[in-house]
Amino acid sequence: MASGTRTLALRHQFASAEQQKDASTLGMWIFLVTEIMFFGGMFCMYTVYRSLYATAFGAGSNHLDVTLGAVSTVVLIASSFTMALAVNSAETGNRRALITNLIITILLAAGFLVTEMWEWYQLHQEHLMPGSGFRFEGPDPGHVQIFFSMYFSMTGLHASHVLIGIGLLTVTAIRAARGTFPAGYSTPIEIAGLYWHFVDLVWIFLFPLYYLVARHAAHG
Amino acid sequence: MTDHIVSKKTYALIFATLLVLTGVTTAIGYVDLGRMNVVVALAIAAFKGVLVVLFFMHLAYSRRLTQLTIVAAFLWLSLLIALTLADIWSRGWIVGTGK
Amino acid sequence: MVTATQATRENYLNVNYGVKSWLLTEDHKRIALMYLVAITFFFFLGGAFATLIRLELLTPQGDLVSSHTYNKLFTLHGIIMVFLFLIPAIPATLGNFLVPIMLGAKDLAFPKINLASWYVFMIGGLFTMYAMLAGGLDTGWTFYTPLSTAYSNGYVVTTGVGIFIIGFSSIMTGLNFIVTIHRMRAPGLTWFRLPLFIWSMYATSLIMVLGTPVLAVTILLLAVERLFGLGIFDPNRGGDPVLFQHLFWFYSHPAVYIMVLPAMGVVSELVCAFSRKKVFGYNFIAFSSVAIAVLGFLVWGHHLFVAGQSVYAGMIFSFLSFMVAIPSAVKVFNWTATLYRGSISYQTPMLYAFGFIGLFTIGGLTGLFLATLGLDIHVTDTYFIVAHFHYIMVGGTLMAYLGGMHYWWPKMTGRMYPEGWSKLSALIVFLGFNLTFFPQFILGYLGMPRRYHAYPEEFQVLNVMSSAGASVLAVGYLLPMVYFIWSLRYGKVAPDNPWGASGLEWQTTSPPPPENFETTPVITREPYIFDPPVPEEVKVG
Repeated sequence: MASGTRTLALRHQFASAEQQKDASTLGMWIFLVTEIMFFGGMFCMYTVYRSLYATAFGAGSNHLDVTLGAVSTVVLIASSFTMALAVNSAETGNRRALITNLIITILLAAGFLVTEMWEWYQLHQEHLMPGSGFRFEGPDPGHVQIFFSMYFSMTGLHASHVLIGIGLLTVTAIRAARGTFPAGYSTPIEIAGLYWHFVDLVWIFLFPLYYLVARHAAHG
Repeated sequence: MTDHIVSKKTYALIFATLLVLTGVTTAIGYVDLGRMNVVVALAIAAFKGVLVVLFFMHLAYSRRLTQLTIVAAFLWLSLLIALTLADIWSRGWIVGTGK
Repeated sequence: MVTATQATRENYLNVNYGVKSWLLTEDHKRIALMYLVAITFFFFLGGAFATLIRLELLTPQGDLVSSHTYNKLFTLHGIIMVFLFLIPAIPATLGNFLVPIMLGAKDLAFPKINLASWYVFMIGGLFTMYAMLAGGLDTGWTFYTPLSTAYSNGYVVTTGVGIFIIGFSSIMTGLNFIVTIHRMRAPGLTWFRLPLFIWSMYATSLIMVLGTPVLAVTILLLAVERLFGLGIFDPNRGGDPVLFQHLFWFYSHPAVYIMVLPAMGVVSELVCAFSRKKVFGYNFIAFSSVAIAVLGFLVWGHHLFVAGQSVYAGMIFSFLSFMVAIPSAVKVFNWTATLYRGSISYQTPMLYAFGFIGLFTIGGLTGLFLATLGLDIHVTDTYFIVAHFHYIMVGGTLMAYLGGMHYWWPKMTGRMYPEGWSKLSALIVFLGFNLTFFPQFILGYLGMPRRYHAYPEEFQVLNVMSSAGASVLAVGYLLPMVYFIWSLRYGKVAPDNPWGASGLEWQTTSPPPPENFETTPVITREPYIFDPPVPEEVKVG
């Protein structure tokens, strides 16, 4: 059978290569639908609690480092750009560029995680991690703790997806380096790319929702 | 899936737009627009998201079914949020008093 | 006509032997059988818990087990029956087996993912069993906060992890079915030539893919709150326990449609085959499956009527719950109209189909009572609810599952089951079921609460009837276990089409070859066309 060999033969259940590619792509999109609903449950909770505790959410948000947040956003968007370039390299049969772009994407992703861990560490030092060690001097500490509970839950879930993405992209890069993909066969890279862009998409929403709640109130 | 290959130039343009919009949303975050802050932030995020989905993820060049699939997902999520908020926002109302 | 060579022809069962050829198979038919073994085991495990519950409820005092243990019994009964039996039963066994064949395909779109889904299911099941053996869970299968997050001493996180993992199995199956149905139909097989079973599997898969992730994230948050003391469901810090219920039921209500839609698909096939007639209103039944899937996502708040949800939201959900009954009613009308002037034969699968139609109608109508805000306040959290959902899940889904198993058993195994015993079992199941659950409607209306291990004296007679019924029901379920296994060795060798039914699955051998068909079929006409039966094909029951 095809698995383990250096070429990607047509799997027996498919009638044509086009059907196989169509099916694989649709399959990944449907998986992304499940991811949208997965993160979506948390976005729903966020919406409810922000509407109930707007002031506390603003106060909590202003304890996050907006510079780190913005830098993270830029890094992740850049990684999406290099991922798109990787797909382009695969489509045009440029193996060196493909591997280079994948490696840059992975490095940017790792950079994102490092920034994130640094942010978390800062918050931990300020006793803003929810749980028994949580301390907040200010009104509504309970509601502020909920803000941080949501923050750590959502960024944590997102970070785990970044980590999985790094694994996925590493495997893809290794396979590319081994010559597993025939020239012009871009489906596996496209599919990995779909996953990666989704991870970026989630952060595009997380950044303003967590870091920019009430920045105007932070002044003065 | 069509065999349309998106050019590197298109990607670069989208990337630049996303960076600019990131800057815009951050800057606007410091301006007090009252209730409109969250609306504007979400609108910008949604626009960025649409760019990623259409061009980086090739949805603009994908088959109709694929496009429908993603629309359905966001529709479903909005159902979850809308009906849950319908409860949360009407909790304090008392039936029959118009309050 | 069955020849000696047919029985030894190469098919998916005898093409290779050995444990590895099963555990590493990519053949959807073998994976279906592996699921069959697993869910049968879990069904009897869930049944064991039901037995203990009904034994306790023979007497008004809580004298068999303590209230804490009783809480664990009904919790584990619910979790095992819902997640480890009802949700996978028809999709993962009959669905896995039939979907590619009914589409004229060689296999599902992603066979490796299919195999992986079975392993994921087994791992999730093992986690749940570990939690059960380690001491169990007492929160009810609904895991409501803050009991589950802050106060319960049971194995909440372990069980939660088990269910989280099982959920992925569901998602993988649904994803596989959606892609296969969209992309791998045989030439000429347009959407409106598909068997109704496929329409119902498609609708079911939509629910699996859209709903299950929300359950997954809810359980994840529950576990994280319990482990790290987060506070998102803690009222002391401003958390809202009702929000947990919103998220939980957003999946768990559509989940009941995951359980019933495949059953309705089976019934559509059985009604047509055993009345030898084209289904009445094909388009309506097809669209009603999708309508149930869609509308089923809009009604979850009817589980929160007395939970603290606003009355206005309650009114919206009540109205929507009435709406969702309509497509189900459409199906019942259309099946009945199909029977009219059909050439009906009363073989075992048809008996189960009749059972489904009657019992599902009762269960569904009582659902309308519950959708009515005023009445629900009176009967919520009583045995009326328990009776309602058992009429649908046991009287409905389980009956359809048994009907489907009997109908397709010859195709899957190449053997006929003994018709006399199967008819007897069907009768025992029907009688046992009604004796078990009808009294519960009355008990609930009279006010007996659910999830209590003791009750007032005056409820004893009805409870004894219910427990007696349960013992009859148990016999009805054990008999098929015995004769199905018996039939594998001693059953009559089955022809390709023992029922004279229409459908692609009957155009291939019993059991089918590994790639389902000798040559890819080409479809030129709509389904359920019945030519006059050929003598060798029709088994007179």
